[in-house]
Amino acid sequence: MTDSKYFTTTKKGEIFELKAELNSDKKEKKKEAVKKVIASMTVGKDVSALFPDVVNCMQTDNLELKKLVYLYLMNYAKSQPDMAIMAVNTFVKDCEDLNPLIRALAVRTMGCIRVDKITEYLCEPLRKCLKDEDPYVRKTAAVCVAKLHDINAQLVEDQGFLDTLKDLISDSNPMVVANAVAALSEIAESHPNSNLLDLNPQTINKLLTALNECTEWGQIFILDCLASYLPRDDRESQSICERVTPRLSHANSAVVLSAVKVLMKFMEMLPKDLDYYGTLLKKLAPPLVTLLSAEPELQYVALRNINLIVQKRPEILKHEMKVFFVKYNDPIYVKLEKLDIMIRLASQANIAQVLAELKEYATEVDVDFVRKAVRAIGRCAIKVEQSAERCVSTLLDLIQTKVNYVVQEAIVVIKDIFRKYPNKYESVIATLCENLDSLDEPEARAAMIWIVGEYAERIDNADELLESFLEGFHDESTQVQLQLLTAIVKLFLKKPTETQELVQQVLSLATQDSDNPDLRDRGYIYWRLLSTDPVAAKEVVLAEKPLISEETDLIEPTLLEELICHIGTLASVYHKPPSAFVEGSRGVQHKRLPPRAGSGESTESPDVGQSGPSEAPPAVIPSQGDLLGDLLNLDLAPPTATVPSVQPSMQMGAMDLLGGGLDSLMGDESDTMGAGLGAAPAAMPASLGSAPAVGGGLGDLFDLGGGVGMPTGSYVAPKTVWLLAMKAKGLEISGTFARRGGIIQMDLSLTNKAMSVMTDFAIQFNRNSFGLAPAGPLQVLTPLSPNQTIDVSLPLSTSGPVMKMEPLNNLQVAVKNNIDVFYFSCQYPLSLLFVEDGKMDRQVFLATWKDIPNDNEAQFQIKDIHLNSDVASNKLQGSNIFTIAKRTVEGQDMLYQSVKLTNGIWVLAEMRIQTGNPNYTVNGNKET
Amino acid sequence: MIHSLFLINNAGDLFLEKHWKSVISRSVCDYFFEAREKAVEPDNVPPVIRTPHHYLINIYREKIFFVSVIQTEVPPLFVIEFLHRVAETFQDYFGECSESTIKDNVVIVYELLEEMLDNGFPLATESNILKELIRPPTILRSMVNTITGSSNVGETLPTGQLSTIPWRRAGVKYTNNEAYFDVVEEIDAILDKSGTTVFAEIQGVIDACVKLSGMPDLTLSFMNPRLLDDVSFHPCVRYKRWESERVISFVPPDGNFQLMSYHISAQNLVAIPVYVKQNISFFETGSSGRLDITVGPKQTMGKTVEGLVVTVHMPKVVLSANLNATQGTYNYDPVTKILVWDIGKLNPQKLPNLKGSLSLQSGAPKPEENPSLNIDLKIQQLAISGRLGSFISVGCDSLPAGPCDKALLLLTLF
Repeated sequence: MTDSKYFTTTKKGEIFELKAELNSDKKEKKKEAVKKVIASMTVGKDVSALFPDVVNCMQTDNLELKKLVYLYLMNYAKSQPDMAIMAVNTFVKDCEDLNPLIRALAVRTMGCIRVDKITEYLCEPLRKCLKDEDPYVRKTAAVCVAKLHDINAQLVEDQGFLDTLKDLISDSNPMVVANAVAALSEIAESHPNSNLLDLNPQTINKLLTALNECTEWGQIFILDCLASYLPRDDRESQSICERVTPRLSHANSAVVLSAVKVLMKFMEMLPKDLDYYGTLLKKLAPPLVTLLSAEPELQYVALRNINLIVQKRPEILKHEMKVFFVKYNDPIYVKLEKLDIMIRLASQANIAQVLAELKEYATEVDVDFVRKAVRAIGRCAIKVEQSAERCVSTLLDLIQTKVNYVVQEAIVVIKDIFRKYPNKYESVIATLCENLDSLDEPEARAAMIWIVGEYAERIDNADELLESFLEGFHDESTQVQLQLLTAIVKLFLKKPTETQELVQQVLSLATQDSDNPDLRDRGYIYWRLLSTDPVAAKEVVLAEKPLISEETDLIEPTLLEELICHIGTLASVYHKPPSAFVEGSRGVQHKRLPPRAGSGESTESPDVGQSGPSEAPPAVIPSQGDLLGDLLNLDLAPPTATVPSVQPSMQMGAMDLLGGGLDSLMGDESDTMGAGLGAAPAAMPASLGSAPAVGGGLGDLFDLGGGVGMPTGSYVAPKTVWLLAMKAKGLEISGTFARRGGIIQMDLSLTNKAMSVMTDFAIQFNRNSFGLAPAGPLQVLTPLSPNQTIDVSLPLSTSGPVMKMEPLNNLQVAVKNNIDVFYFSCQYPLSLLFVEDGKMDRQVFLATWKDIPNDNEAQFQIKDIHLNSDVASNKLQGSNIFTIAKRTVEGQDMLYQSVKLTNGIWVLAEMRIQTGNPNYTVNGNKET
Repeated sequence: MIHSLFLINNAGDLFLEKHWKSVISRSVCDYFFEAREKAVEPDNVPPVIRTPHHYLINIYREKIFFVSVIQTEVPPLFVIEFLHRVAETFQDYFGECSESTIKDNVVIVYELLEEMLDNGFPLATESNILKELIRPPTILRSMVNTITGSSNVGETLPTGQLSTIPWRRAGVKYTNNEAYFDVVEEIDAILDKSGTTVFAEIQGVIDACVKLSGMPDLTLSFMNPRLLDDVSFHPCVRYKRWESERVISFVPPDGNFQLMSYHISAQNLVAIPVYVKQNISFFETGSSGRLDITVGPKQTMGKTVEGLVVTVHMPKVVLSANLNATQGTYNYDPVTKILVWDIGKLNPQKLPNLKGSLSLQSGAPKPEENPSLNIDLKIQQLAISGRLGSFISVGCDSLPAGPCDKALLLLTLF
């Protein structure tokens, strides 16, 4: 008497036979027929032709038959919408049945029929059922609202079902509350900004009460909902934590993990010195450990989440290392995850155990697992310094096994160990070289070549080794080719005599025979470096490398915080923010951990403000200068290496300062006083005054405006537009520079000419002649609304990286906001760089003046200045140009002046002013 | 929420599909088949598979893949837990959860799935509620049904559905009131070559079979509850009381259920009941090796060790094994390289021993790895955590007057 008999009738005319049976008078026959229909349906046979006959069976008191017909309806109504209307009457009638089971069944089924016409008829019965006296019907109706919303969202809103649903959160029956929360959460997912789940302390209290009494699934919904609430203060946060903690002992692991999420999030708000905080930490460990004894699929999800938790709060599981030891019968996906967590938990205290385990794993059969285990040993070495030696010897043991993939992995990680602990373990190089021939994977080959190149001076036959790789140069992968090129150049710089031929060969292979632009460009760069300045090449290629740290594989903190808020979800399994992969989540709100109460802890969770404005990430641009910097920075050596090579150009820059710089500062061709005496001399090659924006330089210092005798500070040019709105998606930036109280400031006006709000501003400079760099982040605290202008003063420092610019005072700026990154360049007046202590002692001045070679001297005329020498002297002093001495010779006033630049360059000047003659003559002298 | 469910057998045939929202074409399972192919072993299929528009979350039970399709962000554990519940329900209804029983009862399966999930939200997953809604098939019932024309589907709303104790139905009556509790403990231990415990933990569950009339309220207490590192309770257990008094107080569901599971990780409590002397070595020359394994009792507290099975994962180069077992049978599978020695009952007087030679692939280098031994065993009537189990006491707070005036409690404790 099994159902398999329903599958046996496969002869012709089956549909016809079923039709006859469905229309039979006998109840029993009818039911059997419907069962046969359902059975065919489950295996994907098309029985939609029987639609009218099956629907005819719907009017029955037999509940089983009714259910079966409903099952059929749900499946086929979509394909037969006109016929489905026939069923509506029965549904509406059933919604009024005395038996709550039937009422609920009817409203449930109606919701599953995705036909617009039927949906219209659903509204009235649904409204009644939402207010039904029986909680079973109410809870079913709550889910039905979510179904309806999925079919026709507008209808649900128009009919006010959402409000009714919200009311159900306060229902007396916990199951109804849970389903209402579940339905609202699902609806809210497609309406990110609708604020459907308006959580306040009262509703939270309702939810917490329902939490204790509803089913396990309901608990999951409620906990997930709680997690999106932001408690007002740490006390509320603590009380919620207290009421959620019992869920950690639930048999359903999904409940446990959702509870962990709520606790991890709200814990953030508790002061760390609170006793309860410690208790909570202790309570979190056992349930997490227990999750690991569940089925492997559950373990996998749990492990992915534990990985996050361990990164956020390593203290929770720091004593539980052993539970992460791999069992031989774990599925591979569990093994790999466990390995990851073992490394995260590795510390000096447990490293011996971990290494012993890892060594065992490295002899297992599964290749992926073995590889990861070998890598893990390397990561341990980098993470726990004390263990490095033991790790290296373990790796050497593994290399001795000669198992090909083990050897290759070991070499890759040893390279990292060399970088972390330079000049410590190089004795093993010999062993590594023995295995050169067995390497067939690009990563391992590249690592080995790097080692040979880096330690060429210690390997006697380095040239032979590298030459052997060179033979098949074009068959290698790019990674290996690039590495080989660099390694041979390194070798050449270390042993120039024997390897000239080799380096020629590799350079020509890279530049002439390769189609890969990266390889070619790198080849050319080396070639030119080597041919122009071998010393500089040495400094660049053999520069000291920054140490690598164990933190490289950690998740970036802001992402980690977001993921912690998504514990137990797909996001936590993929370690990606939901916005990165969940379909239709255009407006997914980025969740953040709440800020901790108490000021002392603020460093731990920076910028997690409750609203948007303060979310401007403080460290969008790392200090090393990524944005524009990278455009010009060569990737073959770390940035520090380029500093020495810049030095010579700095000299040149200083020369220009006199050759062109001062020329324009005191330009002799300026015509009107208003434009200032520093206006651009057109014929000046390589001058810095070629753009009008700088024109205001020194000339404006003499500004006649009102003829005020004593200027109070240095001259500030009016703001000019640097970035046009049309070029920057609506963001217009104008600005100027000023020196106030010894601090260089960049005054910016940001104007939003777009339609949308702009947030998340950040600024970064490219390297420039005087090392100007922002001294702090760009402080735009509130979002910039359309048509709003905001004025910002950005303090600058001169300690940034230096590179000579053309013209000298050119500054390339990148500004980022929530829309894009924009680049513009502007020029700053040189007077910005004149420091306050630029007044030279008289005697020193005299001596220096004589010492400066004539080459460094330049002369110009400044025309049309109607100031007497005292006023001029005063005005100049405001801009840190100091008059050391003054004498009058034959009716001419001679002013001797000194200026010191931020980079320590002194400029000495002699200014001759003939009374009555509006033209000044300036003799400039420069000393470095 | 959960969109659809596909059941796929080991051979890759999709034999049942169920959709709770709109119908998703079964072609979505191609992504699953791809992953299945890649994983080689069915156990190694990753539980969460991402496809361009959906996520497939699957579990593998009884040679069946339960593949669920979700479209939005749903807690994966929620889905996995639910799938396990589905498998358990099938097991509960049909005695076993296999492709043939599911096919035999396809209509009931369909009704069950419909009852368990509504629009992807779990509706009724408690076995006793489901059984009231849809009665499990029995030969007697199907005969009665054919004669009387009544059905398998309950006509009334299950009483447990809405009460605050959804796991128990009202009006239970037994002529013999009885309750059984089984304490089942599993030790999970890793020993190193010399027999030192690297890692050990106890995973225990208390299974109950309660057949009591009315609404009984029971308590169960341990002598030394502090031993428990972590506990997970059936929803019927009052957590507050456990927190404050360390007493398990509950109104039990009717019939079989798992009352609680617990976890003990304190290693000193874990007594390993057997010891193994092993010597597996490979010769440098001659492509052969030697194997010698002896198993003996260690801390069994006078109980018999049963169902003893030793499994050895041999290195790849081992071609065959020529061994001699003093007790039980052995089998070496040259494909999977697994040697299984089924010993059976451990006789402390005459220790079982497996001895002989291994032949290796000729010319292959001597294997470096140490084969790992896996030992499975069973001991009846012994809780490894000792001090815990022997002091369990069961109390009865309220037993309603049933058909017999004096309620009778039969307790069997292992």
